[in-house]
Formats: sequence, C-alpha cells, structure tokens
Amino acid sequence: MTTLRYVYAVVRPGGPPLPGELRGVSGAPVGTVDGGGVTAVVSPVPAEEWDEEPLRANLENLDWLERAARGHQQVVDAVAALGVALPLRLATLCRDEEGVRRMLDGDAQRFERAFGILEGRDEWGVKIFTEPDPAGGSGGGGAEAGGTGTGGPAPSRPASGRDYLRQRQAHRRSREDSSRRADTWARRVHDELVTLAEHTRLHQPQNARLSGAAGENVLNAAYLVPRDQAGPFAARVGELARDTAGLRVELTGPWAPYSFTAFATGAEEGGGTGSGSAGAAPAAGASAGERA
Amino acid sequence: MSTEPEPLAHRQVALVDLLDRLLAGGVVLAGDLTLRIADVDLVRIDLHALISSVNTDVPSPWEPGEE
Repeated sequence: MTTLRYVYAVVRPGGPPLPGELRGVSGAPVGTVDGGGVTAVVSPVPAEEWDEEPLRANLENLDWLERAARGHQQVVDAVAALGVALPLRLATLCRDEEGVRRMLDGDAQRFERAFGILEGRDEWGVKIFTEPDPAGGSGGGGAEAGGTGTGGPAPSRPASGRDYLRQRQAHRRSREDSSRRADTWARRVHDELVTLAEHTRLHQPQNARLSGAAGENVLNAAYLVPRDQAGPFAARVGELARDTAGLRVELTGPWAPYSFTAFATGAEEGGGTGSGSAGAAPAAGASAGERA
Repeated sequence: MSTEPEPLAHRQVALVDLLDRLLAGGVVLAGDLTLRIADVDLVRIDLHALISSVNTDVPSPWEPGEE
C-alpha cells in the first residue's frame, strides 16, 4: 500500500518527545521529520484516500472532512501542549520524508520569527449572534403571503395590499434597526477585546446552515492572547456578554494559533503579487490587527 | 489519562469553528509537486460554496472593502 506523509505542524527542533499513543488522521502513529532547521510533525496516510484524486472527492464529503479536521486538530493540540507549534493548513501532503524536508527547506527564518511571535500565546475565538427574530423566523426568502399558513403565528392580517406593504416595510425596518444595533455592539465588543489581544483576525461570519446556530453571526473574530492573560480576557468576554442584551456572545478556545500563522510568518505583509497561495489565503477573513 | 481539569480543551469543538481555522488559517506550505493541485487552494475552492455562499450576504460592516 502506498503511503503519503500528512504534515500537521512545524515545531522547534529538539523538543520533548511526542506522546507515544498519538495517532494521526488515518490512525497511524505520529512522528517527526527534521529539515530546514525545524521539525515537522507527520504521519503516514494511505494514498488511496489522500492522493490528489480521492482527496478531491473526499473533501466534498462532510463526514470525511470532519474526521480529517478533528484528527488534524487532535495532533496539533497534542503538539501545541509541548511547546510552541505552527499548525499547518488542512491536507498538507508530501510523497515521502524527502518531500517533507524539501518543503521545509528555505523557510527557517519565517518559522523562527513565527515561533517568537506565537510562543506562550493562544488563540481565542469570540462570536456574536443576534438572537433570532421572534416575528417571522422564516423571514426573507420568498415568503409569499398567500400560502397555506399552516400554524404559523401570523401577525395581524393585513386588510389591504397597501397595509401588507406597510407591514412588510415596518418589519424590514425593525430588522434593519436591530441588525444595525447588533453591528454597533459587535464593534464595541471587538474594539475592547482588541486592546486585550496582541493581534486580531476577523473570520467570515458563519453560515447558519453549517453552524446550525440560531440568529445572525455578526462577529466571528480570533484574538491572540498571552497565556497569562487568558483569565482576564475570558472574564472580560463574560462581562461583555452579560452587557449585550439581545445578543449572544460565544467564547471558544484555547486554540493553537491557526488564525495567526500568516501574520506571524510574515505571509500577510508580502501582500503584493509574489506567491499566489499566500496572497489568496487572507481573503477569507480580513486581518484587523493594527486598526482601532 | 489526563488528570488536569481543562473543560474547554475536552469539550468537542464545533466543526464550523474548526473549519474556519483549518481552511482559512494555518501555515500554507506547498507539498510535493505532484500534489500541488490538491493543496489548500483546492480545499478552499471545493468548500467555498458550502461554507461561504450565504456569508457573502452578510459581510461584517467594518471589514475593509471587498477587493
């Protein structure tokens, strides 16, 4: 059976040994490969599942993707518990150990810089959701008035077409108002948390279909926080959560610093035209580091 | 066998939070040439529809303008 090497993270060389029972995304033991002055954390994975073509298909399968993502995360967490670790993006693969070494070569400076920036810090996630609109939860999408109206708590039935339009407009306006209020609050929370963090990254608001969360996601941010400041940071999030009536504030973490590797390795600053992949990456979530 | 109480670390995180980080974060390194097409950009493209189709309707108000 042909195997490939799945690479989870890059760590400083000569660190403590990995836990012997640690298993990778496909259940095989996790090991290390030294190269380019750093150490990669890797495990073998079967080519029939991870090679280009099967991978392409597997990534479309949410169950497969979830197993892979959780397996990746488990290894990264275990490694990050031992010392500073740079998590790699999902599905970074090489043919063999030689390929891993080739991949690591030449990036020593970037990695060393990132180790310095991220050591002793964790990532914390903060999300803010509006509480679901009690009037007309189904809102928006093609809600025709006629319909069968089975059991829906229909608000006062419009007497005329003009009433109907007026009602709709009022409803839309109140939704816009609450949406604006939510944005104002989200911004206030974010501005405050920025002062407690060393760096910040805004992720795309989450898709409710994927998250299953009620309400609209108005803030999806990551904060890089020194480990000894985690307590005060979490406490402040808790206070802000209590103050934000009508909004739901969620804290996740501590995470390995996934959201800050581009910033820490300097990939964000290059900006311009150079390497395509590095330039394209931040598009999904604008960095808001130094603003505010 | 962990003895230290770390409630957050042991609670299963939401897949969507994980994907935010694993697909838009993490160091991007180019693996072997033969696999380059299966690198991150492919992941991003294939999942793009699922993960951000609705998101584009509700951009954060203070994000710098869309390029």
